[in-house]
Amino acid sequence: MKVKMLSRNPDNYVRETKLDLQRVPRNYDPALHPFEVPREYVRALNATKLERVFAKPFLASLDGHRDGVNCLAKHPENLATVLSGACDGEVRIWNLTQRNCIRTIQAHEGFVRGICTRFCGTSFFTVGDDKTVKQWKMDGPGYGDEEEPLHTILGKTVYTGIDHHWKEAVFATCGQQVDIWDEQRTNPICSMTWGFDSISSVKFNPIETFLLGSCASDRNIVLYDMRQATPLKKVILDMRTNTICWNPMEAFIFTAANEDYNLYTFDMRALDTPVMVHMDHVSAVLDVDYSPTGKEFVSASFDKSIRIFPVDKSRSREVYHTKRMQHVICVKWTSDSKYIMCGSDEMNIRLWKANASEKLGVLTSREKAAKDYNQKLKEKFQHYPHIKRIARHRHLPKSIYSQIQEQRIMKEARRRKEVNRIKHSKPGSVPIVSEKKKHVVAVVK
Amino acid sequence: MNVNQVAENLALSHQEELVDLPKNYPLSENEDEGDSDGERKHQKLLEAISSLDGKNRRKLAERSEASLKVSEFSVSSEGSGEKLVLADLLEPVKTSSSLATVKKQLSRVKSKKTVELPLNKEEIERIHREVAFNKTAQVLSKWDPVVLKNRQAEQLVFPLEKEEPAIAPIEHALSGWKARTPLEQEIFNLLHKNKQPVTDPLLTPMEKASLQAMSLEEAKMHRAELQRARALQSYYEAKARKEKKIKSKKYHRVVKKGKAKKALKEFEQLQKVNPTVALEEMEKIENARMMERMSLKHQNSGKWAKSKAIMAKYDLEARQAMQEQLAKNKELTQKLQVASESEEEEGGTEVEELLVPHVVNEVQMNVDGPNPWMFRSCTSDTKEAATQEDPEQLPELAAHEVSASGAEERPVAEEEILLREFEERQSLRKRSELNQDAEPASSQETKDSSSQEVLSELRALSQKLKEKHQSRKQKASSEGTVPQVQREEPAPEEAEPLLLQRSERVQTLEELEELGKEDCFQNKELPRPLLEGQQSERTPNNRPDAPKEKKEKEQLINLQNFLTTQSPSVRSLAVPTIIEELEDEEERDQRQMIKEAFAGDDVIRDFLKEKREAVEASKPKDVDLTLPGWGEWGGVGLKPSAKKRRQFLIKAPEGPPRKDKNLPNVIISEKRNIHAAAHQVQVLPYPFTHHRQFERTIQTPIGSTWNTQRAFQKLTTPKVVTKPGHIIKPIKAEDVGYQSSSRSDLPVIQRNPKRITTRHNKEEKL
Repeated sequence: MKVKMLSRNPDNYVRETKLDLQRVPRNYDPALHPFEVPREYVRALNATKLERVFAKPFLASLDGHRDGVNCLAKHPENLATVLSGACDGEVRIWNLTQRNCIRTIQAHEGFVRGICTRFCGTSFFTVGDDKTVKQWKMDGPGYGDEEEPLHTILGKTVYTGIDHHWKEAVFATCGQQVDIWDEQRTNPICSMTWGFDSISSVKFNPIETFLLGSCASDRNIVLYDMRQATPLKKVILDMRTNTICWNPMEAFIFTAANEDYNLYTFDMRALDTPVMVHMDHVSAVLDVDYSPTGKEFVSASFDKSIRIFPVDKSRSREVYHTKRMQHVICVKWTSDSKYIMCGSDEMNIRLWKANASEKLGVLTSREKAAKDYNQKLKEKFQHYPHIKRIARHRHLPKSIYSQIQEQRIMKEARRRKEVNRIKHSKPGSVPIVSEKKKHVVAVVK
Repeated sequence: MNVNQVAENLALSHQEELVDLPKNYPLSENEDEGDSDGERKHQKLLEAISSLDGKNRRKLAERSEASLKVSEFSVSSEGSGEKLVLADLLEPVKTSSSLATVKKQLSRVKSKKTVELPLNKEEIERIHREVAFNKTAQVLSKWDPVVLKNRQAEQLVFPLEKEEPAIAPIEHALSGWKARTPLEQEIFNLLHKNKQPVTDPLLTPMEKASLQAMSLEEAKMHRAELQRARALQSYYEAKARKEKKIKSKKYHRVVKKGKAKKALKEFEQLQKVNPTVALEEMEKIENARMMERMSLKHQNSGKWAKSKAIMAKYDLEARQAMQEQLAKNKELTQKLQVASESEEEEGGTEVEELLVPHVVNEVQMNVDGPNPWMFRSCTSDTKEAATQEDPEQLPELAAHEVSASGAEERPVAEEEILLREFEERQSLRKRSELNQDAEPASSQETKDSSSQEVLSELRALSQKLKEKHQSRKQKASSEGTVPQVQREEPAPEEAEPLLLQRSERVQTLEELEELGKEDCFQNKELPRPLLEGQQSERTPNNRPDAPKEKKEKEQLINLQNFLTTQSPSVRSLAVPTIIEELEDEEERDQRQMIKEAFAGDDVIRDFLKEKREAVEASKPKDVDLTLPGWGEWGGVGLKPSAKKRRQFLIKAPEGPPRKDKNLPNVIISEKRNIHAAAHQVQVLPYPFTHHRQFERTIQTPIGSTWNTQRAFQKLTTPKVVTKPGHIIKPIKAEDVGYQSSSRSDLPVIQRNPKRITTRHNKEEKL
């Protein structure tokens, strides 16, 4: 008689140490795992719901300023250090890990209009309403010494903004005109003007570092070339642009935060049509900053909220607000692309997670795998109505919510009127203007 | 008009003067030098003044050009109305080279135009801006491919630049470190004593010196030698490898033999030269022999020997190998003393008989004939006959052995042997017949009535076999066929038709197919007359017979073809009639035609049927929950009772009335499930161009339930990966392989200090 026995090799199922994962023999026969689409759909739905459950973006509020925070700056070498300038001329340096203020300087009389750090991180510059540009050391003075700037430059007009070159000892200020300064000199190397108006902000291009962009109060955005000491082109929009920000990964792309509640992403080589119009804010957009990955940017608005936009989408993917946060004046995305800081009217700097439901800290490999899988599932099923609804759902303050409703009605009315106008006039007499082109008034060479 | 003319003249004269004066060149041949010139001018002036009064107004003929016939009295008035052109003046000048400078001046004067007004400042700036913008745009466009690549990348890992671990050179590490512990100091002392360098190149001064000492030629020679040695070694290795790979036993045997011979020769030489060493060698050999005697290496107890013993029955080579081994064993185990030979031998054979398997023993009995078939047939036959025939066979077999040395020819020999056997048997039988001994030895004899018939039959068989052998010569024959023939032997009558039919081996696949067909026909063909007497005649006719059969087969196939193709031919017959009909009806309109074409279809009834089916299908079905055999008898042919069925039948509720209930001509599908629709995508999402595409992406699962670990990891790679706590710097030209602009970004003004100072002065003034 033949006796059949099961015989198994223990190497196939015995772990070497008890810390190893249990080896699970798998059979990938699709017949054994039916209903793959419904099962994955349910998983995606659960992942989306969990994402909303764990979406707790607010991390900390840094208080200490005695007036509204007017400007923010990142330390180029240290992730934990942040500088902020307030409307009473006070500059504070913060430590984000300890969430406290490590240094306070009474830098200017009146507003601190702009603040920027040197590319090496050893010193920083401030400009204020008192017509001065001041350079400060990053390290505080010794015990008993007074806080004194390294250099002070007395100007003739008020400076409204400052930005430092990304590689060289050169910085640019704006006010009546755009001035390029050598750090060692008390006079600007060159000043560039195009028309006469107050320029509200100036920004160096982080990649092609000789390029500058500025925006003035006569509704225009002007680009400059520092090497040739000449402006390049000017685009006039419907309303005033408050700031611009260059994409740190794409040399010719910049985004402008406009008063007409929108943000415009431009390719600087083709200014007549913006690449994308980002609309979701319900009030003037005051500041914008790119994520260091160049895939997203964050915008601060007068409507007491900040929004995160993907570069290639016209609608925001996230909106952050708190009950106490007032008009957000400045916003920055940290250099590790994980956090967002915003300074607002009510004297606080707030720290947010860039990804609302992301778990902070070290992830185990299984957690990482699960996270990636869930992310992919959400992407895969994002068009399904149920999932889309849950993923898009945000609770908004009543003011913003009602404003959105109101503006939707206004927009719809405008659209209807235009459609009617086209319908009832001679064909071709009323041109159809796309949304992108609608907001650009002119491009001046 | 007059005044104008005068002025013109004056101007002309003046010009002439201008031209003439410097060179003092005579305009005409007749006119003389400068004094006459002055006179002429004076005359002209007078004339002009006189003409001014207006009374005696007469047209003055004026000479404005040099002419050939100039005289005091008749002044030519040829060029009076014409204007003097600069070229005319220059004509005479052309010839002389000395006037080149003047010519140049004149031409310059001629070509000069009015200078345009300078552009206003705004315009200039605009142009500057445009040029600068174009330049900048060009610079920026180098980023296009990078940007595109990054946008389309499957995965981007930030920060982009890899942080390379900084490895400090050893000098740096050493300079800041001092030996402190005694052990360290000792080591350092040792190192210093030998002047061991700590940094690259790690050579002591001694080594360096030695390196320098070796001359170039020496080094070259040394290297060449080394190379040669290496090459030789590699050749040798390759040869050895090749030899090792050879599987032929014969080759190895030969090699071994050669080696043994060589060893023997050497030994002999050694004996001559150095007897003591030879003795030692002898001892060694003796030892080996003793060891062999002790061991069972060359007896048939090993694994190999056992396997061979099993095979020996069927395999000639195996048997030979076995014999060889035994012979070797014998040789090795022979005692050197030859005291009592006969006794020893007997004992040895006894032992052998014990050890060697039965089959091998049989073979050993007649060593001269290694052919197994011979012995087998012998054993099958009467033993007495074998013993009788033995002496006859021996010489023949010996001859065969010589001829059958090649493996290919062996079967031939076997067949021949077989034939001989038959003949012998026949002779035997003849004898027996003569003796009138009625022995029912074989089935043949019982069947065959006359011995002559048998004889003829056998002859035919022999002929057949010869043919077979011939046909087989080309192909490598296997021994397996021979036993077949042997098996056929007891009943040759039955086998004969087959043998006759297939005289030749099937050569190709086609023939094989034909054979297959043949087999199916054989059933019919078999009962054909098979006269034993004709067999002998038939055998030579065998070949011409085969084609005949083929012909028959072809005929059959043709018939079949005809049968199968009958239907198309019928159709082809039918088609023309239809066409004719159509031709007849050409006048009728198309409608009629369509009507005719769809004459059989009742569309309305079909639709009604379809609708009925749709209604039936959409109706909710009753659920029958009766379990046969539950609570009552069950089995084949038994049904649950009506009561039970009624009890467990759950009637489906009447659904809402159909939407097309009152619309007889419409079917409204009610398949759409509202509950499911909430979970379905209504419009095709943006990046997809076709719904099939979208469905496919949805249907491929990405989870680890359906994918292997590796595939799962690949499918779920995130698009952007960032490391927490790492600063991501803006992309740099160096990161993507571009050259960064080496020039500084500082404005032109700063590089050109003069302008700065002027500007600053201006500012100060302001």
